[in-house]
Amino acid sequence: MLNFAMDVLRLQQQHSQLTYSLFNEGFLDEQFTQLQQLQDESNPDFVSEVVALFFDDSDRLLENLGKALEKEPIDYKKLDAHVHQFKGSSSSVGAHRVKNACIAFRAYCDENDRAGCIQCLQHMKHEYYLVKSKLQELFHLEEEILSAGGTLPLIE
Amino acid sequence: MEEEDYSSDMDDEILSSMWPENLGKESDKQFNIDKPAADQDMLDEVSIAEEPSIVDFKRLMELTNFSEKGSSQLSYLVKQWEHKQANAFRLLNEQIDILNKQKQEAQLKELEILEEHMFEADNFVGDKRPISILQDDYAFGDATPIFNKDISICKNKWQIDVEHDSIEYWKERAKKMEKLLDESLQRENKLQEKLQENLRVLAKETSPVEELSQILRRADNFLHFILQNAPVVIGHQDKELRYRFIYNHFPSLQEEDIIGRTDVEIFTGAGVKESQDFKAEVLQRGLPAKREITFETELFGTKTFLIYVEPVFSKTGETIGVNYMGMDITEQVAKREKLAKLREEIAVRNAMETELNKTIHITEQTMRAKQMLATMSHEIRSPLTGVLGMAEMLAHTELNEEQQQLLGVMISSGDLVLQLINDILDLSKVESGAMTLEATNFRPREVVRHVLQTAAASLQKELTLEGLVTEEVPSEVIGDVLRIRQILTNLISNAIKFTHEGKVGITLRVTSQPSFAENQKDRKDCGDLSKYSKTDTNTQQNDTSLSQNGGLGGDRSSNDVSCVIDSKQCRDTQNRMAESETRPLSSIDGDEYLDIDSDDEEKIVWLHCDVYDSGIGIPEKALPALFKKYMQVSTDHARKYGGTGLGLAICKQLVELMGGRLTVTSKEHCGSTFSFVVPCKVPKKRTCDEMDNDLLYDMPLSECEARSDSTAEDDKRAYFQFKPRTLGSLFSSGDAAPRSKVLSAGKIDSNHTTKMNGIHTGYMFPTGESTPSSNQNLSLNHDVDKQHSELGSDYLTGIENVNKAVNDCPSNDDYQHLQITHSPMTTEKDTTMRHSQESQDLKLSYLAHENQGKMQKTNQKPPENISDARQMQSRPKILLVEDDQVIVMVTQSMMKRLGHSPDVVSNGAEAVQAVKTNNYDLVLMDVCMPVMDGLEATRLIRKCELSGNWDASEVARACKADCLMSIHMNGQTSPFPRKRVPIIAMTANALAEGIDECYANGMDSFIAKPVTLQKLKETLCQYIPG
Repeated sequence: MLNFAMDVLRLQQQHSQLTYSLFNEGFLDEQFTQLQQLQDESNPDFVSEVVALFFDDSDRLLENLGKALEKEPIDYKKLDAHVHQFKGSSSSVGAHRVKNACIAFRAYCDENDRAGCIQCLQHMKHEYYLVKSKLQELFHLEEEILSAGGTLPLIE
Repeated sequence: MEEEDYSSDMDDEILSSMWPENLGKESDKQFNIDKPAADQDMLDEVSIAEEPSIVDFKRLMELTNFSEKGSSQLSYLVKQWEHKQANAFRLLNEQIDILNKQKQEAQLKELEILEEHMFEADNFVGDKRPISILQDDYAFGDATPIFNKDISICKNKWQIDVEHDSIEYWKERAKKMEKLLDESLQRENKLQEKLQENLRVLAKETSPVEELSQILRRADNFLHFILQNAPVVIGHQDKELRYRFIYNHFPSLQEEDIIGRTDVEIFTGAGVKESQDFKAEVLQRGLPAKREITFETELFGTKTFLIYVEPVFSKTGETIGVNYMGMDITEQVAKREKLAKLREEIAVRNAMETELNKTIHITEQTMRAKQMLATMSHEIRSPLTGVLGMAEMLAHTELNEEQQQLLGVMISSGDLVLQLINDILDLSKVESGAMTLEATNFRPREVVRHVLQTAAASLQKELTLEGLVTEEVPSEVIGDVLRIRQILTNLISNAIKFTHEGKVGITLRVTSQPSFAENQKDRKDCGDLSKYSKTDTNTQQNDTSLSQNGGLGGDRSSNDVSCVIDSKQCRDTQNRMAESETRPLSSIDGDEYLDIDSDDEEKIVWLHCDVYDSGIGIPEKALPALFKKYMQVSTDHARKYGGTGLGLAICKQLVELMGGRLTVTSKEHCGSTFSFVVPCKVPKKRTCDEMDNDLLYDMPLSECEARSDSTAEDDKRAYFQFKPRTLGSLFSSGDAAPRSKVLSAGKIDSNHTTKMNGIHTGYMFPTGESTPSSNQNLSLNHDVDKQHSELGSDYLTGIENVNKAVNDCPSNDDYQHLQITHSPMTTEKDTTMRHSQESQDLKLSYLAHENQGKMQKTNQKPPENISDARQMQSRPKILLVEDDQVIVMVTQSMMKRLGHSPDVVSNGAEAVQAVKTNNYDLVLMDVCMPVMDGLEATRLIRKCELSGNWDASEVARACKADCLMSIHMNGQTSPFPRKRVPIIAMTANALAEGIDECYANGMDSFIAKPVTLQKLKETLCQYIPG
């Protein structure tokens, strides 16, 4: 029983550390906190559901972006629209660094800079997969904590 | 040579090195070299080409003799030689010593023997005088040294046959001794001979000269070995700097060309003189020195030498010449210079980079600051609008007089803040380059008239406002009408502010291209006009706003409005009005269009606009600072007249943005004239239909007849005059006293009456107010004796004030209007208000058929609105339009938190459908969406609301025409216009430009993405009371 409690404690510690680093390193911003605040008894999996939706959306969007960049000539308007959408959704879940990458991307779209766009897409993908894996890790930890009988830290 | 004096036995093997060995201690040896084995010359295998050195040998000898250095060099050699000789001597002396010792020993032995002999004799002879027979022998033996070795050998061999101690014996013995002595002497002689011989041989073997020249030769070889490939020139020059010796590996001159000549004599070119002077300097100073000299001579081209020159002293210490060593360092210098250059470049680049970074940083900061200012201003504006709206609403609740007054002050202050924020926003937009001009078709005459009307509406002074547009001004031009209006309004209100009596007016005429634009004509024209973003939709938007202003603010002009349009070309004077008016309207023909209009090409006209007043004027010294930000003529003025001092700065910036110029002339106490010229394009001639359409909005209330006339008139000279007057109690629903008389336009010819009425009535909507000031700012006109019935008009005036303040957001007019009618009011108030409106409407019944749609709208709406409001309170219906599922989910969840459950659609087209079928209390609209974006959807919804026609085909048509105005006019035929649903933009583009676009398209507010609970809550609170 004691071991069990220790386990939970350790997991909770890991969880808070991960959360802290995610915010501290700019992966997430206060918008994510907003999401966490929206999660309650009536909607216990809200955050992970939203984020899952975000992942689905983003995978599709990134694919679209990649395709749009392969086409010749590049339809920068369309590209920009995609990125704009991505910016919207990423900012809505608080994926701060992805959002920033989008902003940079749009600047290159404005300049019709193909090389810059490709580079930005790489950067964006990088940031996205990074935050994705981190968030998955976070959710995994949360699951473990819950299954171990612990509770998640309250979001003020 | 001195060395020759020494002669000694010298061994070759001692000279292991060709350098003197005893020049110093091991540690400070200047030359370090392997010690080769005997007879092994390490230079044997090296072949040395000796040609390069050209030597004046005689001189060299002299040198070595006379120069300090030469002699010291020689003395070193001599010393070394002496030392070796001394060594040899020492050895020989030792040998001699040994020989001498042996000799002494031999003598001693002899003596012993003799003594022994004498002793024996003594024994035999007794003590009588001894006679020594062998005395002579003894004496002889004295001089002969004997090796004791030999003696000892002989000693033992002595054997005498004769009887002992007999005479014979002694004789025998003496003879033998004598023999021995002889032998010994012989040996000695031999030894001595040998010694002598040795010495002779030694002396013969090596002479010091040979030795020394060998050493010198080796040194020479060694030097050659080292120098044979070195890019070095070595030389000696005498006192007159003539070459006496030169070694040059790459000689380009013959010996005779060099020896005995000076540098200057040998070659010419840059650097030669310098080197000569340098040598002379060294010679004079007697100190060695180094210098880098670049030669540029015909002989060897451009070369840089590092030159080392040292003075050569005679034994007496006089300088007798210089030694000179030069090394070609051309490449090194080139490299070094290249390197230096590179370093410099790098340094410069670094500096530039730093500078650039700094600039970037500053620019970024400035931009951020400006953006921040813009955003902040927006952030301030939104809640302020809320505050003002609420205050307006509060004004219609039951308040006592004091409260009313306080509220009035509150609202007027709020208006002021709003105006200020708008100014700041504009300015920061212009400055940050974010301000874009919109190219829209507009009618300059209309603009001038509107501006004057608006000004007249809020006029608190007895001023005459006049406007003149000369006939060559095209009926329609392309430009940013909003900005031009803004400039005019600003200038006019400025003029009014500083004018206490007399008149204020606008003159608009066409001017030739101003000189400042001529030089840069092509660029300017293209540049400036390209600043306009061609958006036809905005034309309509602007038009709408104008017409709405006109229609809604019917109560605006408390002053008499007279508008005279005449074909005759006249000056701008009021005096000649009568003359122009006498001309019958019918004489005006449509074929009098300006050439410009019939041209296919779009032409540029330069519009020159004067805004003049008879005010206090501006002192000359204040003129330069006039257009600066936050500047006013003096602090006194600032206190007296108020204002932010931003107005003129904005005007100037806007004019310049359009490619024009704003100037001012002024005379103190007489008045000022602000003039600006702006280029405008002239559109192609438009079709009649469009004309009519436009005219519909231009003069929505005019008679059909007048309308058709004005088609032709429009291009003609136009004169407007707004004379000071006040409304009588005629139209007042209350019974305020007629404090001033009506100064109606008595001058106006009866011919124009119909038309006059048309225009007149459009802006002469009577109000419930009785005093001239009552139409002004709410804060100023709350008379103590005001009655409830006035509230209706107060409310309208209040709205108008707000409208004015935010007049770049045309949609706000409607919004404000509706928001307030939505608000729950006491029945009494409501009725009063409606009553007042009704009475106004009735009294202007001749307008009724024109304005039917509008009347219906105003008359029928209130009850409906009230029920709406109540419904809203019970369960607000919200529509969320958003394509991004993530955002939908998040927003939905937030809504849920706030107790709402919005309907969700995913694009603009669906949104229009949804709004059509449902009565929403609020629409949250994403801006960027597929199929139909939020802006377009909003425009459609607004259009349909006005027309009440939600027909699909109508929607489709409107989509194409994109013309809110036509819909507005079509509203007459439609059943019932719908109430206006608040539409809130949800945009990630929360910058001024994006937001303005939202407002321009009929949205009411915005939520910047990402949507947060707080933002959503605030917005919902604002639009869904309760």
